[in-house]
Amino acid sequence: MDKNMKILIVDDFSTMRRIIKNLLRDLGFSNTHEADDGLTALPMLQSGNFDFLVSDWNMPGMTGIDLLKAVRADPKLASLPVLMVTAETKREQIVQAAEAGVNGYVIKPFTAGTLEEKISKIFDRVAG
Amino acid sequence: MEKTIVESERLTQARALVASLEAGDDTEATRIIMNFPENIETDLFQEVGRLTRELHEAIVGFAMDDKVVQAVQHEMPDATERLTYVIELTENAANTTLKAVEDSMPVAEELSNVSDKLATEWDRFRGRKMELEDFRALSNEIGQFLTLASSHSKTLNENLSEVLLAQGYQDLTGQIIRRVITLIHDVEEKLVRLVSISGTARMQETKKEEVALEGPAVPNIEQGEMLSNQDDVDDLLSSLGF
Repeated sequence: MDKNMKILIVDDFSTMRRIIKNLLRDLGFSNTHEADDGLTALPMLQSGNFDFLVSDWNMPGMTGIDLLKAVRADPKLASLPVLMVTAETKREQIVQAAEAGVNGYVIKPFTAGTLEEKISKIFDRVAG
Repeated sequence: MEKTIVESERLTQARALVASLEAGDDTEATRIIMNFPENIETDLFQEVGRLTRELHEAIVGFAMDDKVVQAVQHEMPDATERLTYVIELTENAANTTLKAVEDSMPVAEELSNVSDKLATEWDRFRGRKMELEDFRALSNEIGQFLTLASSHSKTLNENLSEVLLAQGYQDLTGQIIRRVITLIHDVEEKLVRLVSISGTARMQETKKEEVALEGPAVPNIEQGEMLSNQDDVDDLLSSLGF
């Protein structure tokens, strides 16, 4: 796994972005960027050569699930690994995210261990 | 126009009265007379009737409004649960943070004390004021200190990570409180409508599309099938081929 990979963190709460950013830095990933909802994130993704997207679900403007769908629908971004980090724990929603092509799903509140585990699982699959 | 109708009705009734009196039909004459006051007050009665009906319909409509029923039966008690849960989340976060800080302070203090002591010894050594035996002891102490520093730094780092993670409460409680604010806003809107019901300017109902998102799972609230932890989520995803 490339520790220098470019990661976009999308969450409307800046505290949560900081938490994820710090955890990722702890795990050795320091090339992180932030956006506060899907509408801000999408143009960044389209022009920024990102390697990994970590997104919340419930955000004003454009939600995480819509962002995920937009990413999968964009030929240039379709294969971007996406990890959903969200407080949404409804069964149907998780199924919906899976159907939309999410690569991992972490529910809040989470631990550093869970985040690390999901990220390595995603990149093991991408590599394999 | 209305006036002429009313007048012609009265004229008709007057003629009917005269006719019934001439014909000696007392019953009919009485009936016609009894009808007079009613006719005179028809407009007033109709207006009162209309207002009564409107008020009644408005009140029934208010009670039948699904959103109000929903608010009273579910959302108000839910809001209480949600806010109670906010207290719980903030309390947990505060306790986690305080514990991590309390655990870290003696660790940092020990590092500081030992390094101060070693610094004094080190100055003696640098000033060539140290016997060989003492230097051997110092060398051992430095070795032990390095081990201690390494393990203490790890402890401090772990505690700091806990403090970091505990701040996630702000996101979760923020989402929960936003929902309660939306509910209060909805109820306020309904109350304003009820107040303005007798007036002519009834507020236009601004129906917002219901948010399908459920938000953070809150204990003791019916939210549909919510998965309670990451293991359940992982199981569900692996059952879907992840």
